[in-house]
Amino acid sequence: MSDIIQIQNLSKHFGNIVGVNDVTLDINEGEFVTILGPSGCGKSTLLRMIAGFEQPTQGHIFLDEKDVTNTPANKREVNMVFQDYALFPHLKVGANVGYGLKVNGVNKSDRQQPIIDALNLVGLSDKIDNMPHELSGGQRQRVALARALVRRPKVLLLDEPLSALDANLREQMQVELRHLHKKVGLTFIMVTHDQTEAMVMSQRVVVMKEGQIAQMGTPSDLYDHPANSYVANFIGTTNLFSSTATKTSSNQININYFGQPLQIAANDKILTSGTEQIFGFRPEKAVLVHDHRQATNGLQGKVKEVLYQGLAARILINVGAGEIAIDQMLSETKENARLPSEGDQVTIEIDPHKIMAFEQGHIT
Amino acid sequence: MKIIQRGKLAAGAVLSLPLIWTILFMFVPYAILFVYSFWEKKYPTFEAAFQFGNYFTIFTDPQYFQVLLRTGKIAAFVSFFSALLAYPFAYFLIFKVKTNGTRQLLYMAVIAPLWISYLLRAYTWKTILGTNGILNSFLIWAGITNEPTDIFLYNQFAMILTLTYVFIPFMVMPIYTSLEKIPKNLIEASADLGLNGFMTFIKVTLPLSIPGLVAGFTLTFCLSFGDFIASFLVGGPDGLMIANVISSQFGAALNWPLGSALAIIMLVIVLTIISISDRFERLGEAKL
Repeated sequence: MSDIIQIQNLSKHFGNIVGVNDVTLDINEGEFVTILGPSGCGKSTLLRMIAGFEQPTQGHIFLDEKDVTNTPANKREVNMVFQDYALFPHLKVGANVGYGLKVNGVNKSDRQQPIIDALNLVGLSDKIDNMPHELSGGQRQRVALARALVRRPKVLLLDEPLSALDANLREQMQVELRHLHKKVGLTFIMVTHDQTEAMVMSQRVVVMKEGQIAQMGTPSDLYDHPANSYVANFIGTTNLFSSTATKTSSNQININYFGQPLQIAANDKILTSGTEQIFGFRPEKAVLVHDHRQATNGLQGKVKEVLYQGLAARILINVGAGEIAIDQMLSETKENARLPSEGDQVTIEIDPHKIMAFEQGHIT
Repeated sequence: MKIIQRGKLAAGAVLSLPLIWTILFMFVPYAILFVYSFWEKKYPTFEAAFQFGNYFTIFTDPQYFQVLLRTGKIAAFVSFFSALLAYPFAYFLIFKVKTNGTRQLLYMAVIAPLWISYLLRAYTWKTILGTNGILNSFLIWAGITNEPTDIFLYNQFAMILTLTYVFIPFMVMPIYTSLEKIPKNLIEASADLGLNGFMTFIKVTLPLSIPGLVAGFTLTFCLSFGDFIASFLVGGPDGLMIANVISSQFGAALNWPLGSALAIIMLVIVLTIISISDRFERLGEAKL
């Protein structure tokens, strides 16, 4: 597959503020890529530069191997679905969808069919003569999608497309957008701050932090192999702690969690030079053992809170000065699923291979 | 029940003052004017009657009808030129000025003259356009003319210029507001869908700012239509407006019935325009 979009060393400064800082990113044709990050991380600025609404301070954007860095928005073969839809309030749904077709030199009589097709695609062909204000939020979202898709852009840009919808509708639209992506086969680039949305919908996720790419990869890459503690904490939950690592004579590597010893499996990220670095493990990778004498790589603590979540329970445990979250599945047999109560002394066991080592640093 | 009655009493007490005010100073005078308009002039004064002679006179005597037409024409020109100047200005403020402070400053520069007496602002043009005025002095100094000319003052051109200057804030304000209300992402969406700046203006910005234009037209037209002072100061016989004719009917001509009939016609015209524009605006609001 060829790269439909190539972003090379792209930066955007707003006065003294750096919005996007030296981002390089290639996006394959037909891919569904999500740019994920907290507000202010530069993800929207990056998308707006691809759309042509913002002029980069440095760097280049290539669309289908053509340099479009200085091409104005109206000349770029990309289309955007705006966060609050940006439907033209004075035009009917049909005219909104057909708005961009006039420019492409499509005759008025030939414009009707693509409009109907695009509205069919989002299941709204019966609303062609309605005004936007007569539609619900979800319907407006679909019209915005139809309007962007009708021009068959090379890339469809989605700027937090689901953030204005309520929770149920959002989940439904997540699935619909995935289906739509498969059906039309276009490249989708979505921006969101919602990690679940990013994980559910996209083939590849680009995590951004302070204008730079913190990590990119498939959702499972990011979850199972986060490159740094920022990604580990942003995608899902991770029990992060800092420690120094020491190698014993028997080639074991020892670290400690707030004073309690732990073993970690050998890993090229571990610094055995005595510098403090960050480690972490996922809540579901730790298990409660009922008899602490049987624990092989255990930590002892006191249950602080038990949060029942149906499928699983999250148990917060105070271990020394730290707090550990573990998830216990409840779908197993009743005995295994026995939940501790607040205040219980418990032992947590962690597989040394499931502890991740991150960058140098300290967590208080 | 008692509480409800007391509540009604309290509401009545609060409302009574504005109600009395409105009735006494608005409806009663209108009623008197309306009644007078059917009276008859009998030299040296006039007497009670019920006949349509005054209205007949207005529509048949070219003298009155022409003044009505001229007033309408001048008001239309004033609205037109105000819009022509105010729209690009408001557009510039909203879409081109980058900093909020500059935008506010430039906006206030247009609005601020409203705090200065209208009479004074109209009079200013007399000193600019007059025989010994600034314009003439400049032309002589520049060697374009040898002696002062009186072509600038006391004509319809001077009227339109003065009224446009005086009433332009009433055009700028609603246009500014309507442009300000247009979401910026609609402009971006239009560019995204392939339209250039000019086409975006025609297809998005202009249609969405029409309520502001209509409001501005209504205000400047109605204000100019009823104007009395500009004609008095810079208009001359050629710039006589309907309000001047009405005032002379109540004054020197001592024909209150005819003056009342003229005032009623003027009122009907203005109210018609206001209600049309009101309906138009409501039509536009439903869309946003």
